[in-house]
Amino acid sequence: MKFDTPAGQNPIDQLKVVGRPTDRIDGKFKTTGTAPYAYERHDVAPHQAYGYIVGSAIAKGRITSMDLSAAKAAPGVVTIVSTLDMPKLPVSKRNIAPLFGGAEIDHYHQAIALVVAETFEQARAAANLVRVQYARTPGRFDFAALAPTAPLEGGSSGEGSGAPPVDRVGNFEGAFAAAPVKLDATYTTPDETHAMMEPFASIAAWQGDKVTVWTSNQMITWAKEDLAKTLSISADNVRIDSPYIGGGFGGKLFLRTDATLAALGAKASGRPVKVAMQRPLMINNSTHRSATIQRIRIGATRDGTITAIAHESTSGNLPHGKPETAVSQTKLLYAGANRLTSMRLAVMDLPEGNAMRAPGEAPGLMALEIAMDEMAEKLGMDPIDFRVKNDTQVDPEKPERKYSQRQLIECMRQGADRFGWSKRNPKPAQVRDGQWLIGMGMAAGFRNNMLTKSGAKVSLDHRGVVTVRTDMTDIGTGTYTIIAQTAAEMMGLPIDRVVVLLGDSDFPASAGSGGQWGANNSTAGVYAACIKLRETVAQKLGFNSGDVEFSGGKVRAGNRSVALGDAAKGGDIHVEDHIEYGDLGKQYQQSTFAGHFVEAAVNAYTGETRIRRMLAVCAAGRILNPKSARSQVIGAMTMGVGAALMEELAVDKRFGFFVNHDLATYEVPVHADIPHQEVIFLDEADAISSPMKAKGVGELGICGVGAAIANAVYNATGVRVRDYPITLDKHLDRLPAIA
Amino acid sequence: MKPFTYERATTPAEAAAAVVRQPGSRFIAGGTNLLDLMKLEIETPAHLIDVNGLKLDTIEPTPDGGLRIGALVSNTNLAADQGVRRDYGVLSRAIVAGASGQLRNKATTAGNLLQRTRCPYFYDTNQACNKRRPGSGCAAIGGYSRQLAIIGTSDACIATYPGDMAVAMRLLDATVETVQPNGAARTIPIADFHKLWGKTPHIETALTNGELITAVTLPRPLGGTHVYHKVRDRASYAYALVSVAAVIQRDGTGRVAIGGIAPKPWRVEAADHAMPQGAKAVASRLLAGAKPTHDNAFKVPLVERTLAAVLAETRAA
Ligand SMILES: Cc1cc2nc3c(=O)[nH]c(=O)nc-3n(C[C@H](O)[C@H](O)[C@H](O)COP(=O)(O)OP(=O)(O)OC[C@H]3O[C@@H](n4cnc5c(N)ncnc54)[C@H](O)[C@@H]3O)c2cc1C
Ligand code: SF4
Repeated sequence: MKFDTPAGQNPIDQLKVVGRPTDRIDGKFKTTGTAPYAYERHDVAPHQAYGYIVGSAIAKGRITSMDLSAAKAAPGVVTIVSTLDMPKLPVSKRNIAPLFGGAEIDHYHQAIALVVAETFEQARAAANLVRVQYARTPGRFDFAALAPTAPLEGGSSGEGSGAPPVDRVGNFEGAFAAAPVKLDATYTTPDETHAMMEPFASIAAWQGDKVTVWTSNQMITWAKEDLAKTLSISADNVRIDSPYIGGGFGGKLFLRTDATLAALGAKASGRPVKVAMQRPLMINNSTHRSATIQRIRIGATRDGTITAIAHESTSGNLPHGKPETAVSQTKLLYAGANRLTSMRLAVMDLPEGNAMRAPGEAPGLMALEIAMDEMAEKLGMDPIDFRVKNDTQVDPEKPERKYSQRQLIECMRQGADRFGWSKRNPKPAQVRDGQWLIGMGMAAGFRNNMLTKSGAKVSLDHRGVVTVRTDMTDIGTGTYTIIAQTAAEMMGLPIDRVVVLLGDSDFPASAGSGGQWGANNSTAGVYAACIKLRETVAQKLGFNSGDVEFSGGKVRAGNRSVALGDAAKGGDIHVEDHIEYGDLGKQYQQSTFAGHFVEAAVNAYTGETRIRRMLAVCAAGRILNPKSARSQVIGAMTMGVGAALMEELAVDKRFGFFVNHDLATYEVPVHADIPHQEVIFLDEADAISSPMKAKGVGELGICGVGAAIANAVYNATGVRVRDYPITLDKHLDRLPAIA
Repeated sequence: MKPFTYERATTPAEAAAAVVRQPGSRFIAGGTNLLDLMKLEIETPAHLIDVNGLKLDTIEPTPDGGLRIGALVSNTNLAADQGVRRDYGVLSRAIVAGASGQLRNKATTAGNLLQRTRCPYFYDTNQACNKRRPGSGCAAIGGYSRQLAIIGTSDACIATYPGDMAVAMRLLDATVETVQPNGAARTIPIADFHKLWGKTPHIETALTNGELITAVTLPRPLGGTHVYHKVRDRASYAYALVSVAAVIQRDGTGRVAIGGIAPKPWRVEAADHAMPQGAKAVASRLLAGAKPTHDNAFKVPLVERTLAAVLAETRAA
């Protein structure tokens, strides 16, 4: 089905199942430990051996020798696959750092061997007996030192944000120079890691030339193509299966070392091999969100009209890497006749920078939305009024492109009411509660809506049970449930008459999970397949498909009513279709919006910041399942708290690695950090986006949160911190005098 | 993890003797620290002696009005004990400020005292570390040292003793009771129990090979207001950047011990004497001779400010 004109009335609009808060159908499996994650799939192949990954001890250079004799002789060892056994494996187009092969070391903890043994403990013990000699070469590890000479570089996150090296509208410099009120400030965000609970994990088994990999991956089709490319085999010989994923946040968008080495280990040992990446390797072996240095300049007239806005960002990455697209939202979010964005990229030898939840917008808004707060203060305006004043209903760079829907003002106004914004003292450092300085802050949230092709197969049996198959993934987001809701709505069934099977590359290719594109596109693909199934059913039952109604497990037209399952009496019906898009995405700017509100307390003595309450008001099209959507948003808000207050990969600039490479030293929020969160969804349906009239919410929830916290901290203390995370040492010496 | 053998000891003297009998032996109590270190091969014992069956898990009053805490009392039970909560509130508060509920259920009094540093370079076996591999150097010096020590450090090691419970025990002038492999018992004042790193950062305590901790005794209660204030980047489940244990009397006198800044719980007599003069006077005495790094220089003012918070809290109480 091609979607190229705005959606009219369709069966989803009944909202009997879709749009209702619905428990996740995989919830009971997860809470009872019966949803098997990749590493636990003991039953899929017999005689599984265990692989343990050896990571490079240096960041840059080459291996001069590797002595495997002691390790090979260790108890239980089946085989050892060494990077010296093979030339550098081909690097697929979505990977930057090579995953394995050859003597060159590109970054710390790059995999250099896989020890395969009868038990995990034996593999681990033997791995510690591998002796490696290296020749180090100097590496580029100091981002702040490299940034000033970094060349211009455009790029796309591949997840809905992107920008050319330089992008200009009007005459920024002239307008900025002439502006009576202006801001010129620099903000920094650190390297961050996904820190998902489930590590990278895979089991691989070969049958002749064909390999099956049971894994944990957000993008099945990518994994299939990229594993084939990396192993130099045909994609037809690769099967990927990933029905449950214990978090990914962009870290599992790509083929990683676990799947690659499980396949190599299984080949070498002639039996299935399972590999879970050890936690201490997770951070330096894989991808992370790159640090940024962002300069923002805003010029405005005294009444608060922005006349000039510039956002310039520098990030670093390995050779052939791409920039963190932190300027992207600034092209779209606020009006202003004279505009400039630019990106620079320093070539570095730290591990690979790549997508992490809302790549681009998450760090970009952390800077932009502080700048807006600073500017509002300079203008003596309320931060919401300033944003409202500069709202735009069209793409400011191409005014002929309207937003399909943009209720940012409504998000902020409703949020203000609900949160008690009027009680905020605009003068900072005025409110105290015992030892605590109290402040309120807000920020706008913004994230694009991505349209991408997505397919599904739907089947009907004689009992009237509908089964949906698609290689779509559920990364904890609730995909199983919204797909079941979609099929149930379309076929007039209760949700328990729908079976959903996901994550298998033998199923039709889907959008996959990333860039908050999963929900809208994958359900739209199921919608397309269900339209076909409705037609097939109607035809089989001898109905004229135009006026048939599907409800209560029945197919009806006029006074004739037949059980749905009757259509499959002669055998199961299978149909397949996909959704693909025309150019509505070009004609209209499609985005999602939020108003984020935070109350924070800063200890007047110690400078510790603790969140008191948070609110997000989201405008993101039709909300398919308010319950799982809320979970997505509160999870993202929590991640925003981490980014604002504690998350930072500490770089050792001498040896070139992230030092705090475990969950004890890379701090993410715990329960005690998150006292009260509220989420409101505006009642929307965006007919331009898809037949589902939905958009994404999973990344919107993090976009802007960091800045709302930073602004609340400023309101509490009167000390502006522009370098994330806002740890106590960043403002301790500037806090108001203790009474 | 290297393969190891395992036995259960039945009496303290036997446990101590077993260590000497079999080289490379270690005691295991809750295992919450030792097992993690073994998995990373930071510790590689050949033999483990399980001390959980030694019946050292009771808390009893001592004849002189103090409390004797068995080495195997869990952190959870110690923090919840009525007598501890009533008379040694700072100890309860310090314990519950540490780790998580699950860990405290497993962790024991002796194991907690002996928990090893959390220096990230100590944990990364690719990196030089004098504590892990004597003589190999110290990767933390000149590296990322935000969490590390500001005082009592040496050119060989700048790590901290990371724990909370011991800070309260140091404040209370506890005594560590042990039994040695030859069966002899001895007592070690807590002040002498943890060592400064000096040139031998791999030697962390006054214990000799095979010496088993049997109990920790607390002297008679001090009265006063008991405070444990732990400062950290997140609200729970994080080691202290700085922690302050204090007992403050109505007349403004008192005592204070600091965690998170030194190789041992940090207490200075002269600083205690300065309590009535306020946080600045106390902190300057506590931190005389401090040698922070660029990354952790903030801990110097943070100690004073946290102390000021504690004094303000007690004044308000
Ligand atoms: C994730 C995490 C977070 C933590 N956070 C904190 C925190 O915030 N604050 C804090 O203070 N602690 C924290 N801890 C540390 C925790 O308190 C210790 O792991 C625990 O107290 C150790 O006790 P255990 O009985 O498990 O010791 P074990 O691991 O069994 O033993 C530790 C050491 O003591 C030796 N030993 C044990 N018993 C005896 C004995 N009777 N005599 C002589 N030697 C003995 C062992 O040989 C070993 O060397 C944390 C730990 C973890 C894993
Ligand atoms: S500070 Fe101490 S523990 Fe840390 S690396 Fe140096 S010697 Fe090892």
